[in-house]
Amino acid sequence: MPSTTATPLPAGTSPEKPRNRESTATTLEHRGHTDVDVAQLPMTVVHARRPFLGGFSSDVRDIWSYRGLLAQLVRKELKVKYKDSVLGFFWTLVRPMIQLVIYYVAFTLFLGNTQPAYAIFIFSGLVVWGLFTDIVGGSTGSIVGNGGLLKKTYFPREIFPLSVVGASIVNFLFQLVVLLLALGLAAVTGHRVTPTWDLALVPLALVVCIVWATALGLFLAAATVYLRDLQHLIEVILLALFWLVPIVYAITLPLNAFAANGHQALLTAYLANPMLNVIAAFQRAFYTMGPEYMFQADLWPRLGVLLLVGAGLLWLAQRYFARVQGDFAQEL
Amino acid sequence: MNPTVISVENVSKRFRINSNKSLKEMVVNRRTTRSNTTDFWALRDVSFDVTAGTTLGLIGHNGSGKSTLLKVVGGILTPTEGSVRRRGRMAALLELGAGFHGDLTGRENVYLNAAILGLSRQQTDRYFDDIVAFSGIEKFIDTQVKFYSSGMYVRLAFSVAIHVDPEILLIDEVLAVGDEAFQRKCLDKIKTFQREGRTIVFVTHGLDLVRELCDRVVLLDHGRTVVDGDPVEAVRIIRDTWQEQAVTEAAARDIPDAEEGNGAMSIGDVRLLDTSGAPISRLTPGQPCVFEFDVASASRTDDWVSGIAIENHLDQLCYGVNSSMLGRHLEPVTGHRTVRFRIPELTLGEGHYHLTVAVHSREGIEYARKNRVANFKVYSDRQQVGPVYLEPEVEVR
Repeated sequence: MPSTTATPLPAGTSPEKPRNRESTATTLEHRGHTDVDVAQLPMTVVHARRPFLGGFSSDVRDIWSYRGLLAQLVRKELKVKYKDSVLGFFWTLVRPMIQLVIYYVAFTLFLGNTQPAYAIFIFSGLVVWGLFTDIVGGSTGSIVGNGGLLKKTYFPREIFPLSVVGASIVNFLFQLVVLLLALGLAAVTGHRVTPTWDLALVPLALVVCIVWATALGLFLAAATVYLRDLQHLIEVILLALFWLVPIVYAITLPLNAFAANGHQALLTAYLANPMLNVIAAFQRAFYTMGPEYMFQADLWPRLGVLLLVGAGLLWLAQRYFARVQGDFAQEL
Repeated sequence: MNPTVISVENVSKRFRINSNKSLKEMVVNRRTTRSNTTDFWALRDVSFDVTAGTTLGLIGHNGSGKSTLLKVVGGILTPTEGSVRRRGRMAALLELGAGFHGDLTGRENVYLNAAILGLSRQQTDRYFDDIVAFSGIEKFIDTQVKFYSSGMYVRLAFSVAIHVDPEILLIDEVLAVGDEAFQRKCLDKIKTFQREGRTIVFVTHGLDLVRELCDRVVLLDHGRTVVDGDPVEAVRIIRDTWQEQAVTEAAARDIPDAEEGNGAMSIGDVRLLDTSGAPISRLTPGQPCVFEFDVASASRTDDWVSGIAIENHLDQLCYGVNSSMLGRHLEPVTGHRTVRFRIPELTLGEGHYHLTVAVHSREGIEYARKNRVANFKVYSDRQQVGPVYLEPEVEVR
C-alpha cells in the first residue's frame, strides 16, 4: 500500500517563502499574465551591434514600434511650451500674426518698400525657414537636455530629436494657417492671388526641408553630447544662414549682382543651398503678386536632386547616431 | 525547468574619464588630452543567466558596479565587451519618476511614463484606474506634478511601473522612499510579482531585504563577480568585508583602543571565550560563551560596578547589563582583577556584534571604558530577521 503521508522537510531547508508559488490564488491579481508563456517569447540581444551599412531598416523598425511614445512626447513638447498661459495654444497662432503685422508696418509703411504685398513675400519664406531652424536648433540640444530621462530609461534615442521634428511640424502647420488667412486678406484688399501649378511644389519642398533638417538634427544631437559648444555655435550659424537665403530680400538682387561681376562658382554655391530652393518654391507657390521677384529656374529637378542627397545624408546621420548612441548615458 | 530570461555573457564595461568637454578645453589641453584619458573598468567579465521567476539581488559596496550592471541589463548602457540577451517585456525602475515632467498633470504623466515603459495608449487607458487607485492620490491626479510632495511623486511613479505588466522588473534602490505604509504596499506587490513567476533583478544596500526577498544573489566587487548563489552566504561575505573596512578605518584614525573614563581604574585585555576557555570570534545562536576582561586599580577603589554592552553593526544596543543590575555588590579592589560574564545561552540572531566594557561607580562616574573592542559574528542556520534569536513553533488552529 503506497504511503499517503507527506515526507516532512528535513531540518534546515528553506522555510516557506512567498516566492514559492502558492496554490492559494486568493491574493493573485491576474491580468492574464500567466497566459503569457515566457518560453515562447523570443530571446533578443540587447543593443545588438548592427552593421554600419545594413542596420538602418532594423533601427527604423525599432523606432516605429515606439511611435506611441513619439506621439506622447510631441504632445508633451507642445503642451509644455504654452503651459499655464491663459491663451495657451492660441499663442501658436498669435505669434506669426503679430509677426506679419510687424513686417507690413516696418517694411511697407516705414521703409516704403514698393514690392506688392511685401509682408506676404517675407512670411511665405519665413514659415518654412522657421520649420528648418526649429528642427535643427531644437534637435541639437534634445539629447543633452533630456539627460535625466536618457540615463534612467531605454527607448531608441532617435525619439528625442524626432519628437522635436514632430512638434516643429505641428507649429509649422499653424503658421501655414496664418499664411493662408493672410492670403485671403490680400485677395480681399485687391492683390493678385491666383493659384498656380507651383502650389504642387509645396509638398516636395516641405519633404526636402524636413529630410535635410532631420539629418542635420540627428547628427548635431549626437555630436553635441561630445562637444557641447555646438549648441551655441549652431545658434550663430543659423543666424548667419538666415541672410544667405532670400527671405527678406528678393532672390533677383543677388542673381543680378552675381551676373554683373561674373562670379559663376559663387553663384552655383549660393544656389545649391537646399533651403534656398525650398524657400523659392514656397514663395512661388504662395506669393503670386510679383512674379518678377521670383527665382525662375525649374525647381522640380533641383528639389528632386536635393531630396536624394538629403535622403543620403539622413541615412548617414542616422548611422552616425546609431554608432555613438550607446555611450550617451555615460557621457551626460 | 524554467526558461532563461536574462543571459549576461562576459560583460565588461569601460568608462573613459576625460574631462575635456568643450572646444576651448580641447584646444587648451590638446597636448595633454590623450594622456589625461584614464580608463576605468566598472564591470569586468561578468556572466550569469537568470531563469524565469527568479528574484536576483545585486549587492556590493558603493562603486562595485552593480548599478552599471543593472543599466547594461536594462539597455541603457552598452557593454564594451560581451553581450546581454533578454526575453519579454522589461520595466526598469532605476529612478522613480524619471520620465515625469513637472509641468504636466499627474494624468498626463501617467500616459507619458507608461509610453516610455512601452505601453500603448489603449493599454494605459485600461490600467489607468488601477494605477491611480494603487497610488492613492486620486484627488491630485489632475494637478501638475511639480506641486506634488516627493512621497506622492514616488507613489504615482511606482504605481505606473508595476502596472505595465512586465516579465522582467529591474529595481534600483528605489524602495527606500515613500512612507512605511507605502513601502509595505510595494513589497507586497513585489511578492505578488514573485508568485506570478516574474523575474526581478534588484540592486540594494538593504541586506535584510535581500535575505527576505531574493533566491539568488550576485555579489560584485570592483566590477567582478565575487559570489553568485545563496543569499545568506553572500550577505555574510559582504558583511565581513564591511566589518574589516570599518576596523581598518578605525585603526587608520588611530583611536587609542577607544578608551575613555576618568582613569581611576583601567581595563586591560577583553576576550570572548567558549566554555573550554579558548578564544572564539564566531558563534551560533544558543551557544554558551564567556565575556572576560582584566581590570586594574592603582589605588584602592571601594565603589565599583562592572558592565558589558552588546551592539550590532548599526550601533544599536542589543543587550546591556552590569554587576549591580545582576545584584552583585563588588568587593573593594586594589591591583588586578579579571571580570567574567558567563552567558549560558547566547540568544542573538545572525549578524555582527561588538562588545563594549566599562567600570564605573554606582552613581555612574566612569572609571574606564573600552568601546566596541571584541567583535564577534553569529551565524545562524535559521531564517529570521532582527537581533534577537528565538526558536518559535508555529501553530494554526
